[in-house]
Amino acid sequence: MSHPSQAAKFLKDEKRAHWHDETLWFVREKRDISSKKIPEWEELRKIASGIKDHVLSNLDNYLAELEKKATENGIHVHWAKDAEEHNKIVLEILKKQKCKAIVKSKSILTEECHLNPFLEKNGVEVVDTDLGERIVQFMKQPPSHIVLPAIHLKKGDISELFHKKLKTQKGNEDPEYLTHAAREHLRNKFLGAKVAITGVNFAIPETGEFVVCTNEGNADMGVHLADVHIACMGIEKIIPRRADLGVFLRLLARSATGQSITNYNSHFRSPAPGKELHLILVDNGRTNQLARDKFKNSLKCIRCGACMNTCPIYRRSGGYSYGSTVPGPIGSILSPGIDVKKYSTLPFASTLCGSCSDVCPVKINIHEQLYEWRQEITKAQGITGKGLSMQLANGIFKSPLAYKISGKMLRATLKTLPNSIIYNPLNAWGKGRDLPATPKQSFKEWYQKNRS
Amino acid sequence: MKVALFIPCYIDQFYPHVGQATLELLEKLNCNVSYPMNQTCCGQPMANSGYERDTEGTTRQFIETFKDFDYIVAPSGSCVLHVKEHQPCLKEGGKEQAEVQAKTYELSEFITDILKVDTIQGSFPHKIGFHSSCHGQRGLRLSSSSELNEAPFNKAKALFAGIKGLEWVELARKDECCGFGGTFAVSEEALSVQMGKDRLSDHLEHQVEIICGGDVSCLMHLQGIAQRNNNQVKFMHLAEILNQAIS
Ligand code: SF4
Repeated sequence: MSHPSQAAKFLKDEKRAHWHDETLWFVREKRDISSKKIPEWEELRKIASGIKDHVLSNLDNYLAELEKKATENGIHVHWAKDAEEHNKIVLEILKKQKCKAIVKSKSILTEECHLNPFLEKNGVEVVDTDLGERIVQFMKQPPSHIVLPAIHLKKGDISELFHKKLKTQKGNEDPEYLTHAAREHLRNKFLGAKVAITGVNFAIPETGEFVVCTNEGNADMGVHLADVHIACMGIEKIIPRRADLGVFLRLLARSATGQSITNYNSHFRSPAPGKELHLILVDNGRTNQLARDKFKNSLKCIRCGACMNTCPIYRRSGGYSYGSTVPGPIGSILSPGIDVKKYSTLPFASTLCGSCSDVCPVKINIHEQLYEWRQEITKAQGITGKGLSMQLANGIFKSPLAYKISGKMLRATLKTLPNSIIYNPLNAWGKGRDLPATPKQSFKEWYQKNRS
Repeated sequence: MKVALFIPCYIDQFYPHVGQATLELLEKLNCNVSYPMNQTCCGQPMANSGYERDTEGTTRQFIETFKDFDYIVAPSGSCVLHVKEHQPCLKEGGKEQAEVQAKTYELSEFITDILKVDTIQGSFPHKIGFHSSCHGQRGLRLSSSSELNEAPFNKAKALFAGIKGLEWVELARKDECCGFGGTFAVSEEALSVQMGKDRLSDHLEHQVEIICGGDVSCLMHLQGIAQRNNNQVKFMHLAEILNQAIS
C-alpha cells in the first residue's frame, strides 16, 4: 500500500488525527525545552555525529574488537547475516534451554527480524514487557513508533483492551489503575521466564560491554530473573569507548522524550555466576547500506524517535502509514535500502522541510537523503508517465519560447475550465483548495510592455 | 552593481504583481535591476519529483540567462535553494555554474546581507502573521530553526522592525511546515491539505489580518484552502508589504 492512500485513510478521522498530532507535538516541545537547557547542545550533536562517522568508517575493526573483548568477558557472541539467521540462533538457544516462554524488552531489531511470529510458530510464548509494546502485542499490531509504541492509542482504547485481556473494570480509564493491572500481569510473566531477550542501545568494544536503556526497568527485571540473557543488536550500535557514553546518553533521552536521562541505563559486561549471556550481532542489510555512499550515514541513528515527533507528516499520518518497522523520516531512508520497490513512496512522503535533520541528535542529513532517494527510485522505476512528463517539462523550460507559449495556454485553459474537469494532477489540487485566480498577463508580458 | 531579477515560473504565470513589487522594491533600494527575458524555470519541480537528471536543459538555460549579472535575486526561497543546492552539475558548467549558484539570493537575504539594509523605514498599520517557509528557513537559514539551540533571528522580521504600525504576531508553532512541498501538494493531497488547514488555524487563532511569507508557493497553497473555506484573511508576499510600506 502506498503512503498517500494510508495517510488519507488515517486522516479520515480528522479529530483523532488532530489528537495524534498534538500528542507528538507535545513530546517535541518537551524535547525543545530540555535540549535548550544545555548550552553545549549543538556542540554535543557535533561530537556525537563525529564519533558515529568514525565508527562507521572503522566498523570492521570495532566489531572484531567487540567480539574479542566480549568473548573474554564470558559472553557468547553470535553473528547473523540476516533476520532468518538471527531468529534461528535465538531458537537454538531456547531449544537448548528447553524454554517455552520468554520475556522481551523493547527491541526494534527483533521487530525488524519478525522474531515474535517466528518463535510463536515454533511453540514459544513471547511476552513484550515494555508497557506500550505489551499493549500493541495484545492488539496483534506492530509498534507505531520506535520509542512510544502505542502512541496512536487513546486512553479509552487501552481501557477497553485491558478490560478484555486483563479483566480490568469496564470504562475505568485511570492511567494509574491500568498501569498497575499491566504490571501485575507482567510480574507473573517475568517470574516464569527462563530466558530474557533485550535489545542493545550501545555496545562498547573498548570494554566488551553493552548498555540497554529503558524507562520502566523492564529489561533489568527480565534479565535478573532469567537464567539466560540474549541481547540482539544491529552491527551499527557501536560507540568506541566508555567515555563516549556520556555524550550519547545525554542526547538520547532528551531527544526521545525530553527527559534529562533515561530511568534505567543498564550495563552488561559478563554473565552472573551460573548464568549465560549471549550477544547476537545482526547485519540484515546494514553492510549494504554502508556501501551506499549517499545513504550510509543513516546508520548513525541512535533510535531516539525525535525525527518522528517533529515530522509534520508522521504526526498526521501515523506510524502504520509507512508500512515499515522503523517509520517516519529515518525509516523512509532506511527502508528503501532494504526493498526499494516496496517502499518506493516513502521518500516522497515528505515536504523536505528539513525539521528532521535539525532535530536529529547525531546530525543525519535526513531530508537530503530523502531527496537523493527520490532520484534513485525514479531511476529504478524505468520509463514512467511521470518521467516522460518531466522530460517534456525540461523541453519546455529549456526553451524560452516554448515556455511562453505553454504558460499562456495554461492560463487560458485554467480560465475557461471549472476545477472539476481540469486535468488530472491539478484535480488533486482542487479537492481541498481553490486555484489562484489567473491574471490577464504574465509578469514577462507586463515587463515587456511596460519596461523594455 | 548589475542585479538580475529571477521571477520563478509560477509567479510569472499566476502572481505577476509579486514580480512587480519585487522589481519596484529593489529599485527603491537603489539597485540597477533588470529582468532577463529568456528566463523560464529553475527546474525545482522536476528535481524534487526525483528527476534532477532531466533538468540539464533547464539548468543550462538558467545559467546562460543569468551568468553575466553580479547578483541574481528571486522572491522565492525554495527556488533559490534549488539553484544553489540541487541543480545537476553540468559537465561544461564548471566555474560558471558555481558562480551563478553563489550569486543567487533570496530577496530578504539580499536586502539584509548584500545591500546591508538593517530595517526598512515606512508605515504599514496591519497585523501580520509570517509564514516561514521551510526551504528558506532551514535551507537558506533565513531565520532560526526552533529545533536548534541557537539565538533566535529572522531576516524578514528584522526588515519589518522599523515599519510603523506593523504588528508582528508570534504563532504557536512558529516554523511548522504548511504542507505545500511542491509536487507533494498533489501526490499527498490529503496530508497536504490537512497540514495547510492546521497552519492556517494557527494564524487565524491569533487574529492576523494578513498572512505574509517569502514564498508565494506556500501562500498559494494556504490561500487556496482559506478561499475554499471562505476565510477572509488576506495574503501578501514580503515584497508587496515592504514595497507598499516604503511608498
Ligand atoms: S534519525 Fe536521528 S532523530 Fe531520527 S531516530 Fe535516528 S537519531 Fe533520532
